[in-house]
Amino acid sequence: MSAPITTSGIQARHQTELDQGRFFIQHCNACQQHVYFPRELCPHCGVAHLDWVAPTGHGTVYAVTTVRRKPEAGGDYNVSLIDLDEGVRLMSRVDDLPPQAVRIGQRVTARVQLIDGHGLVVFDAKTGKIV
Amino acid sequence: MSADLKSLRGSAAVAGVATFGCGEAPGFSDMELLARSAHAAVADAGLKMSDIDGLCTASGGATMWAMPVAEYLGIRPSYVDSTMIGGSSFIAHLLPAMQALRSGQCKAVLVCYGSAQRTASFGRREIVASRRFLDPQPYETPYEPMLPSSAYALAASRHMHEFGTTRRQLAEVAVAARAWAGLNPEAFMREPLSIEEVLNARMVSDPLSVRDCCLVTDGGGAYILVSAERAKDLPQKPVFVLGNATSVWHRQISSMHDLTTTSASESGHKAFAMAGLSAKDMDMAQLYDAFTINTLLFLEDLGFCKKGEAGAFVENGAIAPGGCLAVNTNGGGLSCVHPGMYGIFALIEAVRQLRGNAGDRQVANAQTALAQGNGGTLSSQSTAILGTAETL
Repeated sequence: MSAPITTSGIQARHQTELDQGRFFIQHCNACQQHVYFPRELCPHCGVAHLDWVAPTGHGTVYAVTTVRRKPEAGGDYNVSLIDLDEGVRLMSRVDDLPPQAVRIGQRVTARVQLIDGHGLVVFDAKTGKIV
Repeated sequence: MSADLKSLRGSAAVAGVATFGCGEAPGFSDMELLARSAHAAVADAGLKMSDIDGLCTASGGATMWAMPVAEYLGIRPSYVDSTMIGGSSFIAHLLPAMQALRSGQCKAVLVCYGSAQRTASFGRREIVASRRFLDPQPYETPYEPMLPSSAYALAASRHMHEFGTTRRQLAEVAVAARAWAGLNPEAFMREPLSIEEVLNARMVSDPLSVRDCCLVTDGGGAYILVSAERAKDLPQKPVFVLGNATSVWHRQISSMHDLTTTSASESGHKAFAMAGLSAKDMDMAQLYDAFTINTLLFLEDLGFCKKGEAGAFVENGAIAPGGCLAVNTNGGGLSCVHPGMYGIFALIEAVRQLRGNAGDRQVANAQTALAQGNGGTLSSQSTAILGTAETL
């Protein structure tokens, strides 16, 4: 599907959609590959038009770290690289597990977290299924 | 490999090297550390500053750094390269400088760096904070990775997952570096280090502890590159550049295609092709060890062992003094010096070894060396193959 977005640069359009709770990635009609992070041209084949598509939201943890932080500053937290089923990767965090419980291979689902009107893609663990 | 590039093999030589203020240099600015290193390297080469007509430099903070450096040194270079691709820059400066020397654009190139990031009031913490605005990464910053550490931690997590690499094997890298540092009076941390101490050290970004991470020091470094012909008339034993290649595949760790294969596989392949040599011909490897995982990745990607086998390769002190391969003989970024960008120090150590000037840590009968520069978050790689006159 195409997102109802008009002018301005790709980065701003992507964030505008996130701020409305909608997560879009890009798809190249020329080479049929998905693209993320969003950009003005296809990094695979170089064409300058990419379509916006809604991903299924399903993905797998590709790499994981626990960033150590003092308890008084908020404590330790997870940073993960997530591979979406569409074949693109992004940095995010698995939000509903203790940081030390996040494992490579964990299946996860995307969710747009809204804080003060600002949207951010985070992930929740899909229970019971590790591939 | 073009015939043109191959013809550059051995066409230029490092004629002078110097470091200054490595460790802590309170009261010095970046420029002062650079200038003292540059002056000493020019003198080491038996030249005067007025002989320098090529300038290569880069800064972690100043984007137009070549201009204040030329101004400060009082030179008017006819060749300037301020390519900034992180810590690998000063190795990546080699090949363009060789071409400039070959073409006659210049006759003596000064490659130089200085950073007071440990003791300066505007130091590492402030540089990292300002980068958020000057050089934004909008798809990573919101998740607050502790960069660069978390990026390397992610790569380490993947290496452990795919190949069964252990934290103990990563610790072997830090322990070996410290053992070399113990032989180097210039190294910042020289007291012995054990595997248990690395494993039990404060965690920074799992699986990396603070002892898996490089130092934050001050320091300056410089080297002089001239034509091979000219080097023969200068006082120091020339160290010839047999090969150099640079690769850039991504910037952000989230855009790295395969976290267990760096573009050192490309830069190394091309540099070895130019040199007509391979890993088995190297008498040592000076590998940019910003984190312990770097050394494992580069040993694999440069062909010192197979992919996935570096953890086993480094066990039992194999890269420590007396081991089967001399790696990071100055103590590396982990234990010798790491003022923001380490690449120039890896190259300087290779030159000192090939000259036979490395004191207690000297690798016996060393004729060849590899120096590997790394930049960003495993983002840029530059490989230099160096050799003595016997390798020409």
